[in-house]
Amino acid sequence: MNSLIFLALAILMFITMVALAVATVISKDLIKSAILLAGVSLIASFLFVLMRAPDVAMAEASIGSALTAMIMVYAIGRTRRFEEGGEEK
Amino acid sequence: MNGYEWIFYGGIMALMAVGIWAILSRRNLIKAIMGLVIIETAVNLLLVAVGYVNDRSAPIVNGDTGLGDSPVGEVVDPLPQALVLTAIVIGLATTALALVAAVGYFRSTGTLELKSFTYGRTDETEVKE
Amino acid sequence: MMERSTIQRSLPALAISILIAGTLFLAFVEIGFGENKVDSEDAVANRYIANGTTETGSSNLVTSVVVNYRGFDTLGEVTVLFLAATGVGAMINLLPEDGKKRSKGPKPSLIMTQGGMLAIPVIALFGTYVFLHGHLSPGGGFQGGVIIATAFLLYLIAKPDAKTSHRTLSLSESLAGLSFIGIGLIGLAVSGIFLDNVIEGFGVLGELVSGGLLPLIYIAIGIKVGSEMSGLVEKMRGDAS
Repeated sequence: MNSLIFLALAILMFITMVALAVATVISKDLIKSAILLAGVSLIASFLFVLMRAPDVAMAEASIGSALTAMIMVYAIGRTRRFEEGGEEK
Repeated sequence: MNGYEWIFYGGIMALMAVGIWAILSRRNLIKAIMGLVIIETAVNLLLVAVGYVNDRSAPIVNGDTGLGDSPVGEVVDPLPQALVLTAIVIGLATTALALVAAVGYFRSTGTLELKSFTYGRTDETEVKE
Repeated sequence: MMERSTIQRSLPALAISILIAGTLFLAFVEIGFGENKVDSEDAVANRYIANGTTETGSSNLVTSVVVNYRGFDTLGEVTVLFLAATGVGAMINLLPEDGKKRSKGPKPSLIMTQGGMLAIPVIALFGTYVFLHGHLSPGGGFQGGVIIATAFLLYLIAKPDAKTSHRTLSLSESLAGLSFIGIGLIGLAVSGIFLDNVIEGFGVLGELVSGGLLPLIYIAIGIKVGSEMSGLVEKMRGDAS
């Protein structure tokens, strides 16, 4: 791959991933956090493809973006949706 | 040293810093588990990044490499990928275990916030019994 | 927006995390990214790359490492997975009752139900394809298993009232785990090495029937991981939602 495209894609993906991770942490709504966390995993799987690891990318895509997010949503459903200080509707 | 280190290791370490920050600053248990998942993603990325070699293809022999030829000098390191592959699958199971523990904490205390583990000013965050 | 106590906790935590990550960054920059650490004679990866295809008969070198060179390691990983899933099941049953009746939530729409029912067989078939071709293309037992688990998850979302059978899930999981160990014992009986690939010269490299025992082991791992993860999701859902 052209190394300029490689670098540009990597910079773009890392900036998006770190921004999504920060949004995961500061959001008071835990369901929103779980979905943003799935976005972090999705971009991580893209980076795995960029680093020539397609096997790992397949595992990360289905585990990180589907299963982890969903078991977190199930756990939040058994507890409370909002962090303390977040609005209770 | 060609600048790639700064982007890849810098980005991965920024992700890891966000995860550590989440664990240290949030009192919500599920938010702390999310921080753990972020750190886990960062560590997996880090291991694969160490095994990457410039201008090489994925460790799979196909028609282009010539079936039967040994692909020495053409593929990246397969060993970290094999380790990370199993680590990701186990990470899901351990995350589920931690989440069940958090649900158990919620059932017995009625809250997800770790108030008794506070540090610094405690006057506005008394433990409610 | 954040109140004062949150900021008071956030700033020292931010300083500590930047300190830790910065130290690690300085350490890893010395390793170098993209440099050739593979081709030297004493690197273990060099041996795997040089002899992987001829010794194991698998085109995918990651598969040859996971199932053959480090097959025993994989057995340990599958055991950890089993223990974690068992722990989830045990702890879910030990949870104290909270006494609250949860609402059932909205029913899934017609599009969700019908579209899910159309998509589930295709996803499950794709998962099976992925673990059957683990020795030829990207994929393998772990990936195929979790893809099958996502199909099961979609089924749980599309049909929340559906009854699922714990017995079938644990039966297929136990049988797959036992066949993994059984294949290992075949190697022990024939050549004296646990998980030895005793028919490695079988088939032509790059065809579906090749790689000796590797595809069989990966099929066992795929079924085991698939039923394990489906059981995990099913336990996490519980009877609540």
